[in-house]
Amino acid sequence: MVLTIKDLPKDKYVMPGNAACPGCPENLGLKFVGMALGEKAILTIPAGCTSVIQGLLPGSGLKFPIINVPFASSDAVAAGVSVAKKLIGEDAVVIAWAGDGGTADIGFATLSGAAERNDNIIHICVDNEAYMNTGIQRSSQTPLGAWTTTTWKGKKERKKDLPMIMLMHKIPYVATASVAYPLDFIEKLRKAASIKGFKYIHLHAPCPVGWRFDPMKTVSVAKLAVETGMWILFEAINGKVVISPPSKPYVDKTKRKPIKEYLSIQGRFRNITEEILKDLERQVDENWETLLKFT
Amino acid sequence: MGLVLTTLTGNYAVSYAVKLSRVKVVSAYPITPQTTIVEKIAQLIEDGEMDAEMIRVESEHSALAAAYGAASAGVRAFTATSSHGLLYMHEMLWWVAGSRIPLVMAVATRTIGPPWNIWTDHSDLMDQRDTGWLIAMAENNQEVLDETIKMFKITEDPRVYLPGIVGLDAFILTHTSEPVDIPTQEVVDQFLPDRRQPYVFKAGDPLIMGNIPKDLELNMRMREDIDKAMERAKKVIDEVDFEWGKLTGRRYGGLTECYRCEDAKHFIIGMGAWVGDMREAVDKLRSKYGVKVGLIKIRYVRPFPREDLIKWLSNASSAVVFDRSFSPGSGGHLFLETVAHASVAGVRTPIKNCLAGIAGVDVTYEDIVDVVLKSISEVEEVGTFKEFIEWYYRGGR
Amino acid sequence: MKGWYAVVDEIILPLSRPTVGVAGRTGTWRVNRPVFNSEKCIKCRLCWLYCPDNVIDVNEANPSNFITIDYNYCKGCGVCVDVCPTKALTLVPER
Repeated sequence: MVLTIKDLPKDKYVMPGNAACPGCPENLGLKFVGMALGEKAILTIPAGCTSVIQGLLPGSGLKFPIINVPFASSDAVAAGVSVAKKLIGEDAVVIAWAGDGGTADIGFATLSGAAERNDNIIHICVDNEAYMNTGIQRSSQTPLGAWTTTTWKGKKERKKDLPMIMLMHKIPYVATASVAYPLDFIEKLRKAASIKGFKYIHLHAPCPVGWRFDPMKTVSVAKLAVETGMWILFEAINGKVVISPPSKPYVDKTKRKPIKEYLSIQGRFRNITEEILKDLERQVDENWETLLKFT
Repeated sequence: MGLVLTTLTGNYAVSYAVKLSRVKVVSAYPITPQTTIVEKIAQLIEDGEMDAEMIRVESEHSALAAAYGAASAGVRAFTATSSHGLLYMHEMLWWVAGSRIPLVMAVATRTIGPPWNIWTDHSDLMDQRDTGWLIAMAENNQEVLDETIKMFKITEDPRVYLPGIVGLDAFILTHTSEPVDIPTQEVVDQFLPDRRQPYVFKAGDPLIMGNIPKDLELNMRMREDIDKAMERAKKVIDEVDFEWGKLTGRRYGGLTECYRCEDAKHFIIGMGAWVGDMREAVDKLRSKYGVKVGLIKIRYVRPFPREDLIKWLSNASSAVVFDRSFSPGSGGHLFLETVAHASVAGVRTPIKNCLAGIAGVDVTYEDIVDVVLKSISEVEEVGTFKEFIEWYYRGGR
Repeated sequence: MKGWYAVVDEIILPLSRPTVGVAGRTGTWRVNRPVFNSEKCIKCRLCWLYCPDNVIDVNEANPSNFITIDYNYCKGCGVCVDVCPTKALTLVPER
């Protein structure tokens, strides 16, 4: 059965008037998590934009049970919650919702540990490709050439391929998603929730503030990332990669839009050189090539 | 009373206490000399003797994080660590206490590097004084077992709702076998009620913990509440000690235990395993040298036994505080707190600090006798101390 | 402090409950206002789906005015305008 917009629940897990910036992709991602798993979800959230989005205590701009936790601990706390709920016999889907820093950098050992133990949780990496909450500092998920407040002339290193690293953990479920493709994301979340063990979903989340684009373009930028092949949507059950429908056309290199369309809409790539552009193009080809080997 | 006498290492005493307390989730990361605690628990679980789950995490930070997650979700949880492991989880200690989630941890007290050193001192434990955890320190393996079981009851008391540490000295207790009475499950079940905690996370119930506060004064009140809970804990610790004493015949006292204090003029103050040596020193000082010495054993560092110390010290002639940890540039931890509280209470008794046994250096009862005799003669001659903080090395510096 | 729901056994706890408008009337942040033209609406619901702030509601029972925007909290990001396939939503400057 194919999921359609009409099937989606109307219950709001993102409360109107929360503290997210206009056009915030994390708010979008959280909204889709609510649509997919609302009633069953318990979230652990480390330091990051979502710490702020919730707004000020004793209020909250999100309607999930949430344990805010120290930066490097979200998967470990989630693992504890998950084990406790199993022992109590409560039906809960425990989600570690972390940014790219809380996932790929400071949270990486914790993530890898939980994945290796196959703890029964879903880790969602909401990837806005820098430390946005602290003022747009580079992370391991910042792409080559991108301006940040700690890489004024553009980042000199490539983006760490986290979905691939998680695939190599041989966990039961790995997927990528995008805020521009909610149905795909929601289906993946529901599938992940039905699988026992560690599930990893990497959600691409273009940030208007940090990437320097008009907030109305959040969805368009996310879509362009997929259409240029820079962000590939796939899922892997037990290590077998299947390219997801929105990305399928772009297996064929000639169908991909030029990455310049994606880069030129964002201020953070304004000063990239021809050489960096070539390298970024090469990365797209390489990433596809690597990924398709696992299909 | 249905008790079973056996010999146990301090670490195994912890393991059996955890089993008897019906802990549901244990998570830990290996560090010497804590490891045999969780090794034994793992074995008890795998052999079906203990109904619990173990999360074998990849770091101490995650060990406490996972235990915290389980406890927040509604079950009794436990972890154990030592030295650098405890420092690595330091941030999480604040988080657990600030969340007011009861949880128990055993700390095998051990020196902090460099250089790498596995022997006991109290630097790791004392580094946690400001976190909001109850901190107990045991003298022997029986006390290790008793205090661990009691700590679950104390931390889960609604007047307290704070996490708690039970400390035991590396190797001197952790790896040394002593006779221990293991209470029966019936006794512990009678003593320890079902898990209580201020709130539980459940799916479908949108409770949010720890987002940014609107009212900073409210946040300050939360911090003050931790302090108030510590004050209330003093009474709870007493009550629990009394209750446990009724069931097992073993009462220790509340925050402190006094040995031959009644007629004492001079006091020794200390905590941990070397309190055993201090008892011997007291006996020797009284029998051989005829000085009226008493011993105040610190059982709880947090809450700090302010009232007990003031009570005993106010009419004393002198006291020596033995510290196995210190703050460079200031002084021994127990000493600093003792003199601070004594001073504000108007106590004029000369109190001296002996820094000894740091980095695991062995200290015998003769050393203690030596230090105390010298300090008493100095006080009797001069009326006070020339130096209030002394680094003690056997045979001099 | 009395009556605050997060006080349990006299302890003030760092707990929150979901609240509409936790950051205040976020509609005041708005620089541009999305304006809905019902005649052009094809009821695709994309604006509802992609609204990051959940301020667009769908009126299933009222096809002549299919969506409602809560201007109290709409931050005016314009994502709804961007995703609307028929330009039934347009962005006009706030005065």
